[in-house]
Amino acid sequence: MTQNSKPLHDLTVAELAGQLRARQVSAVEAAQHFLARAASHASLGAYLAMDEDVTLAQARAADARLAAGTAGPLEGVPMAHKDIFVTKDFPSTAGSRMLDGYRSPFDATVVRKLAESGVVTLGKLNCDEFAMGSANENSAYHPVHNPWDHTRVPGGSSGGSAAAVAARLVPAATGTDTGGSIRQPASFCGITGIKPTYGRASRYGMIAFASSLDQGGPMARTAEDCALLLKAMCGPDPDRDSTSLDVPAEDFTRSLNDSLDGLRIGVPKEFFGDGLAPDVRATVDAALKEYQKLGAKLVEITLPRTELSIPVYYIIAPAEASSNLSRFDGVKFGHRAKNYTDLVDMYKKTRAEGFGDEVKRRIMIGTYVLSHGYYDAYYLQAQKIRRMIADDFQQAFKSCDVIAGPVAPTVAWKLGGHGNDPLADYLADIFTLPASLAGLPGMSVPAGFGEGGMPVGLQLIGNYFSEARLLNLAHQLQQVTDFHSRKPEGV
Amino acid sequence: MSLTPQDIARIANLARLELQPDESERLLTQINGFFNIVETMRAVDTSGIEPLAHPVAAIQDVALRLRDDVASEPDQREANQRSAPSVERGLFLVPKVIE
Repeated sequence: MTQNSKPLHDLTVAELAGQLRARQVSAVEAAQHFLARAASHASLGAYLAMDEDVTLAQARAADARLAAGTAGPLEGVPMAHKDIFVTKDFPSTAGSRMLDGYRSPFDATVVRKLAESGVVTLGKLNCDEFAMGSANENSAYHPVHNPWDHTRVPGGSSGGSAAAVAARLVPAATGTDTGGSIRQPASFCGITGIKPTYGRASRYGMIAFASSLDQGGPMARTAEDCALLLKAMCGPDPDRDSTSLDVPAEDFTRSLNDSLDGLRIGVPKEFFGDGLAPDVRATVDAALKEYQKLGAKLVEITLPRTELSIPVYYIIAPAEASSNLSRFDGVKFGHRAKNYTDLVDMYKKTRAEGFGDEVKRRIMIGTYVLSHGYYDAYYLQAQKIRRMIADDFQQAFKSCDVIAGPVAPTVAWKLGGHGNDPLADYLADIFTLPASLAGLPGMSVPAGFGEGGMPVGLQLIGNYFSEARLLNLAHQLQQVTDFHSRKPEGV
Repeated sequence: MSLTPQDIARIANLARLELQPDESERLLTQINGFFNIVETMRAVDTSGIEPLAHPVAAIQDVALRLRDDVASEPDQREANQRSAPSVERGLFLVPKVIE
């Protein structure tokens, strides 16, 4: 036990890093504490892989650096990674049977950079298969339960990450966001998560889903923690990721305490239509009122192509997925069918056995829209509307500094609640898809509670490279509300 | 526009996916349901609009980088083949393709 009266799992990343630096707690003690919590909350289904020996070896190395005075800024802070990031020392499955037991020969850039900052890895977190899903029910291994109500989904696709942070199994976790997969589970689990501008965090070693959309980011309890982690995760990776931008990481904490006086918050009217549940609307409205009290002005804006973002995204993402997932052929890595007649039969049976329903569905849609005679009508048309959607945001940012609205139309639904209707999941992504298509930074900040006492997140969307501004807004809300520090029962 | 069972079979072959009959039937219904919402997209007038691939290209030029063609790593064959289903003498084994 530490000198501090708070248990280790209630400390923020910033607090824990401070105690580690002050040698009030050792990295090994911290790692053991969180390993034990993971074991006692295993029924949540948040983890896919752990390895105590690996974790404790990393923790001992962190302690040695702390003793030697060569510690990184996050030295000894334990974290876990969404199982989309490949890791040398843990299996990497992407939540798929296709990669059952797969061991990567290298670490993803984001994993490596966090390790270089001193982070100790606790293990790999559950997610929808190849990050395709909005409820984590598409994991090939097991579902994840929402810590606030075990009969509900945690959101997806970074559902294991969000549930682990909310249940205090980790101080923070990595996530990835293609169409909302950091923001929506953060909202459903009452935590804070940010997707940076597309291209800021390297995609090298993030198992590819839709390459023009995929972007990694941190998920934690506070905006300050997200700022600290984002600094460690971002930065150019010119030799490894051809779409990585030549934009250095920043001190994202630098403007956390800036005043919001006179700030113009754009409120898109399309985000507040009939599809928005009344409890979510009331919670988001209350958060916007807090911002007014802090001196910000609300400005009505329009994002006229919000609804179109659903078909546009669900053409572009499956098209890119069908191409990316062609690498899973049973030859170089992963599953191979046992019985087959020839090479093509081996491919077909391997892929039929290795992929789950949602992945197959998206491969089929993607293959179709890229096939001869359909490419212009679907993929190219979607890419053109994608530009119009990005232009709509630039138009909106002429009259506001940031945009705010709901993350999702409802709170977390019941496990199995969307039944066998993939379209219901797609439609629920409506508020996160526009910023994804435009490549803009977006985040979810705990804004209160709705139906069934479930958390509701406020979405903040900024212009390109304005992460520090978003984190400033989130931090200011967290100075006047305590939603981010509330705990689910039994945690 | 509606896909037919023949379309599903053709796409599945292109995607190298073996589908069971009940799976094909379910996919046909689901994909046709999905393409109903895609119709709204097809009706949008996009004449004169350039397609957007790298989203940040909406505000600035983004050039795809090339790196120098030099070896940056030592031989990693063993590590790279560790998770392969079938390997012999450093080669990936596949079913016979040439008679």
